[in-house]
Amino acid sequence: MDKTILLGHGSGGKMTSDLINSVFVKYFDNDILQKKTDSALLNIETKCIAFTTDSYVVDPVFFPGGDIGKLAVCGTVNDLAVSGAKPLYLSAGFIIEEGFALNQLEEICMSIKTEATKANVFIVTGDTKVVKRGQCDKIFINTSGIGIIDPGYVDISEGKNIKTADKLIVNGFIGDHSIAVMGARENIQFETEILSDVAPLNGLIQDVLNAGHKIKFMRDLTRGGLATVLAEIVENNDFGIVVNEVDIPIRESVKGLCEIFGYDPLYLANEGKVLFVVEGDHAENILQVIQQNKYGTDARIIGEVTSENISMAILKSVIGGKRIIDKLAGEQLPRIC
Amino acid sequence: MKYIDEFRDKALVQILVNKIHSVSKKHITIMEVCGGHTMSIHKYGIHSLLPQTINLVSGPGCPVCVTDRRFIDHAIALSKRKDIIIATYGDLIRVPGSTSSLELQKAKGADIRVVYSTLDATKIAKDNPDKELVFLGIGFETTTPSSALAIIEAKTSNLNNFSILCAHKVMPPAMSALIDEGIKIDGYIGPGHVSTIAGSNIYSEIAEKYNLAIVISGFEPVDILQSVYMLVEQIENAEQKTDIQYTRAVKPEGNLKAKAIVNEIFELRDDWWRGLGVIPKSGLAIRDQYKGFDAEKKFKVILEKTIEPKGCICGDILKGIRKPDDCKLFRKICTPLNPVGACMVSGEGACNAFYKYK
Repeated sequence: MDKTILLGHGSGGKMTSDLINSVFVKYFDNDILQKKTDSALLNIETKCIAFTTDSYVVDPVFFPGGDIGKLAVCGTVNDLAVSGAKPLYLSAGFIIEEGFALNQLEEICMSIKTEATKANVFIVTGDTKVVKRGQCDKIFINTSGIGIIDPGYVDISEGKNIKTADKLIVNGFIGDHSIAVMGARENIQFETEILSDVAPLNGLIQDVLNAGHKIKFMRDLTRGGLATVLAEIVENNDFGIVVNEVDIPIRESVKGLCEIFGYDPLYLANEGKVLFVVEGDHAENILQVIQQNKYGTDARIIGEVTSENISMAILKSVIGGKRIIDKLAGEQLPRIC
Repeated sequence: MKYIDEFRDKALVQILVNKIHSVSKKHITIMEVCGGHTMSIHKYGIHSLLPQTINLVSGPGCPVCVTDRRFIDHAIALSKRKDIIIATYGDLIRVPGSTSSLELQKAKGADIRVVYSTLDATKIAKDNPDKELVFLGIGFETTTPSSALAIIEAKTSNLNNFSILCAHKVMPPAMSALIDEGIKIDGYIGPGHVSTIAGSNIYSEIAEKYNLAIVISGFEPVDILQSVYMLVEQIENAEQKTDIQYTRAVKPEGNLKAKAIVNEIFELRDDWWRGLGVIPKSGLAIRDQYKGFDAEKKFKVILEKTIEPKGCICGDILKGIRKPDDCKLFRKICTPLNPVGACMVSGEGACNAFYKYK
């Protein structure tokens, strides 16, 4: 009989400690976790700490190119990295629906381990709750993360130094994650499989920062997609943005699916994409640095900061027309006619 | 994308734009009837390419936008019954009813499911034999055939727990009604998908009666600009008629098979259009011999009093006589997150397109 998660696994008693030892400690093993203290004790020598949290409820739990575990590590690592921080430690909290297969939990923990190793971070504390069938959908994960940040980079997350003639760079194809997850959810068969782009970007970002170029702003292009981030950058600011639709990297397959379902790829969520706003003169050099990293081979300069169109993000469409890009409001809805 | 990129070709677009600029002399108003065109025009920034002589306005061709508030109230009332599952196209669930929306009812526990086709709806009915499945049938000639097919399928497979709450409408009467109301329109960009099913002949009478230029258009920028060019030429030369730009999909007689299926299941009735009121023979009712699949007849529910939102000018926007930013609520109270009128909900609604892209 397949082993499954039972309510008792969240009781705090023997079944819980068995689960912790046989799964979580086994996969996430490190000196801090081994001490099994109520709180992880961390020796961090820095003036400034970056701290973030995110919850993961993706449906389905496993999708082409990743799973909820991979997502839970990369999402939080990327939130730290785009703030200019070096991610160090993560927590992992699990809410599991009674009846969830133990081997699937192990598979998820294996992914967490693999991604944490890639991103060079440690899972140092965690929690498990089991809820009755129907009270959550299979498994939800929360991860929080701590990173250290160089004082020279503290302005990046607010984009305080963005100015006219700065350039915008995106590190590759947008929209893959949303389409991969939606394809898995709706059971759509693609001619060529579209994989989620979920990836830890701290290495790529570190490469860029280490190269010593002026980075004004970074943001990962998750929910709301590229369009929402562009609209946020210009909001209440005394500059505008112009991006060229032809320069935005989008896979043909993703474009095709967007045509069918009526999605605008600019609003699709990504899990391995970051928008850089950089000093205009440095843009070409930075682009080269990004393209040398495996998560940036398809990077492109997509637009620039302008003194015109104050507080507006403008898209120059493929046919040369202009339109405003605004934030995503609610979910993207499929068209009906 | 093969067969799509050709219709977004910048050089071709430029040729058409130049032609339009050189031909257009009279100040004219062109209405795009279909919501798909509205979206495309905004998405590609087509307004910014046209000369000032051409005023492009959006019409009543977004099925969600013209759907009566009472229909939403009716769907909400049905969704409150524990034995009913509602299946609907996604756009409808956020449209406000008089006091609630399907989205709110869903959050409160009603079983409301978003589907992409009627096939999904009949499958849900099959998988839940102890429940009643009500599909919310909205849309024009484009979506009606799939509703008709679903009823035929339900009948042949004795799927007696399937029914449709029908608000399907037909396009030409609304196009006439706008002109009858005295709204000044020189030409219509005719709906592409509607005409793929219904054909272009259905507009001949309107073109002749009102001396209107009508060009059935595809949805890509080159399609739309070519259609505008054809319309401008017709109007400048005083040769108004129905013409097809979207020849790769539309035939004068339409899709005869689809039309036959629709005719088998539905019959014309007078119908209420948001903003336009009652238009004779503009809606479709399920024929009496299929009344077992008509949710309106199958379930008796008490409807709350319909309350129309104050200050919302969706009606005038659907007629093309006012623009979204003429509305006091636009961007302030009415946003895609908190839509007051249906035009703000649907991705094809004029207010939504205007909000997103302008």
